[in-house]
Amino acid sequence: MHDLPQQLANGLILGALYGLVAIGYTMVYGIVQLINFAHGEIVMVGGFGALTAYLALPGGTTLWLALPLMLIAGILVSTLTAVAAERFAYRPLRNAPRLAPLITAIGLSIFLQQLVFSFYPDAKKARVFPKLPGDPFSLGSVTIQRSDLFLIIAAPLCMLALGWFVTRTRSGRAMQATSQDPDTAKLMGIDTDRIIVMAFAIGAAFAAVAAVAYGLRSGQVDFRMGFILGLKAFTAAVLGGIGNIYGAMLGGVALGLAEALATGYIQHLPGMHLFGGGAWKDVWAFVLLILVLLVRPQGLLGERVSDRA
Amino acid sequence: MTALLEVEDLRVAYGKIEAVKGISFTVNQGEVTTLIGTNGAGKTTTLRTLSGLLKPTAGRLTFDGQDLDRIPAHKIVALGLAHSPEGRHIFPRMTIEENLLLGAFLRTDTPGIQADVERAYGLFPILGERRRQAAGTLSGGEQQMLAMGRALMSRPKLLMLDEPSMGLSPLMMQKIMATIVELKAAGTTILLVEQNAQAALSLSDRGYVMETGRIVLSGTGADLLHDESVRKAYLGED
Repeated sequence: MHDLPQQLANGLILGALYGLVAIGYTMVYGIVQLINFAHGEIVMVGGFGALTAYLALPGGTTLWLALPLMLIAGILVSTLTAVAAERFAYRPLRNAPRLAPLITAIGLSIFLQQLVFSFYPDAKKARVFPKLPGDPFSLGSVTIQRSDLFLIIAAPLCMLALGWFVTRTRSGRAMQATSQDPDTAKLMGIDTDRIIVMAFAIGAAFAAVAAVAYGLRSGQVDFRMGFILGLKAFTAAVLGGIGNIYGAMLGGVALGLAEALATGYIQHLPGMHLFGGGAWKDVWAFVLLILVLLVRPQGLLGERVSDRA
Repeated sequence: MTALLEVEDLRVAYGKIEAVKGISFTVNQGEVTTLIGTNGAGKTTTLRTLSGLLKPTAGRLTFDGQDLDRIPAHKIVALGLAHSPEGRHIFPRMTIEENLLLGAFLRTDTPGIQADVERAYGLFPILGERRRQAAGTLSGGEQQMLAMGRALMSRPKLLMLDEPSMGLSPLMMQKIMATIVELKAAGTTILLVEQNAQAALSLSDRGYVMETGRIVLSGTGADLLHDESVRKAYLGED
């Protein structure tokens, strides 16, 4: 167990990534009760947006200058895609049975993947994404990759900003009101259509931050990257209590830690030596989801949905 | 007597089922007007249509000289029409004070808003004592007070109250009715929907009796209170 601090650090960093993506699922669900299964692809297009900005910069541009520009481009692409999806794919189905927008979301997810696959230059295989230069650095017995610094700084900043927005601003309070009772929110004078767009946009901006973090970590982006990342983040959102933004972050961290610890230690348990290592990490993540759904279906911070009756 | 709200031949349908079948009524400035009737008579549907939450299939709604047709729900309150909905619909996970402030969502005059929050606490002292408490933890009667207080926060020209006495204890009901009298005395124009016909008619200037989507009878509150068919149908007398 001498590498426990390292596993915990890995889990936290991975969890922060899941949490950023989970915010997008949970915000949209909290307002319109839709599981936006295309959200993984919103992450993916953000990654390609950032890559495009990087490629457009003159060679030799320092990454410290390139990174903010990549981030802006990624956020722009993700947000525009999400807002367009809301306007043209989901809004016409606002009053349709719930299954209709859900299937639309899955269709949209495949559409976005194929769009990038077919039309982005050389996207048929993974494209190289820049990494932050420099050696890994050590904190005691823990080694942290240079590229993960971005996530370590960005994730808490994003969460603080979101917490401030939701509780302290007029639009944030309007968003809370809309999620608790949309019709009554209209009676207060809140333009709920605008709030719905805002929820999609904020989720997409966070998705783009996650995409850049993912690209820096793994050194590549590809058109399928949103699938498993989206599924994990959805798991994190459910784990934390879907609809609850703090739950999304907590669920992300819990999932990241569970994955890191299972990967590192489960083979040491008696009779489990075949089930350790990275190959099984997704299995343990989804086993955790099933366990939570069995024991606490409303998630860690979720409330039983009773006040909607 | 100037009419603040005029409803002419209003029809509202849910799909193929017509819930309001061509009703006309008027709410005069400074008066309390009541719609009474049993469940399913179309009273709540009428209020929700006035607020823009439902779209009429036909008819004309004129509020303060303005046609309400095609005005989206979130712009209605800005015209001076506030709605305290049936079942109260307070925001359960927000505090009492946050609920009140949402009632003033479109206002920007911070000192005025603060004064009105204090006025609401003056009207309902229990809300002031619990201002930092989540609204979902309040009793039914307290939630009703909050819903009324929240509707008043927009400084409406017309206050619409849907079933304010529903599910309340007799004591709480008296308190709510006394508040309506108090608001009327202060000059507030009120459109009241009630199943408790006795209490509602006795404080109303004008009343309309609805049955299955139609207005079957109208008159002053006192007239209706003494009308034999009303007494039979709604006041439980033989």
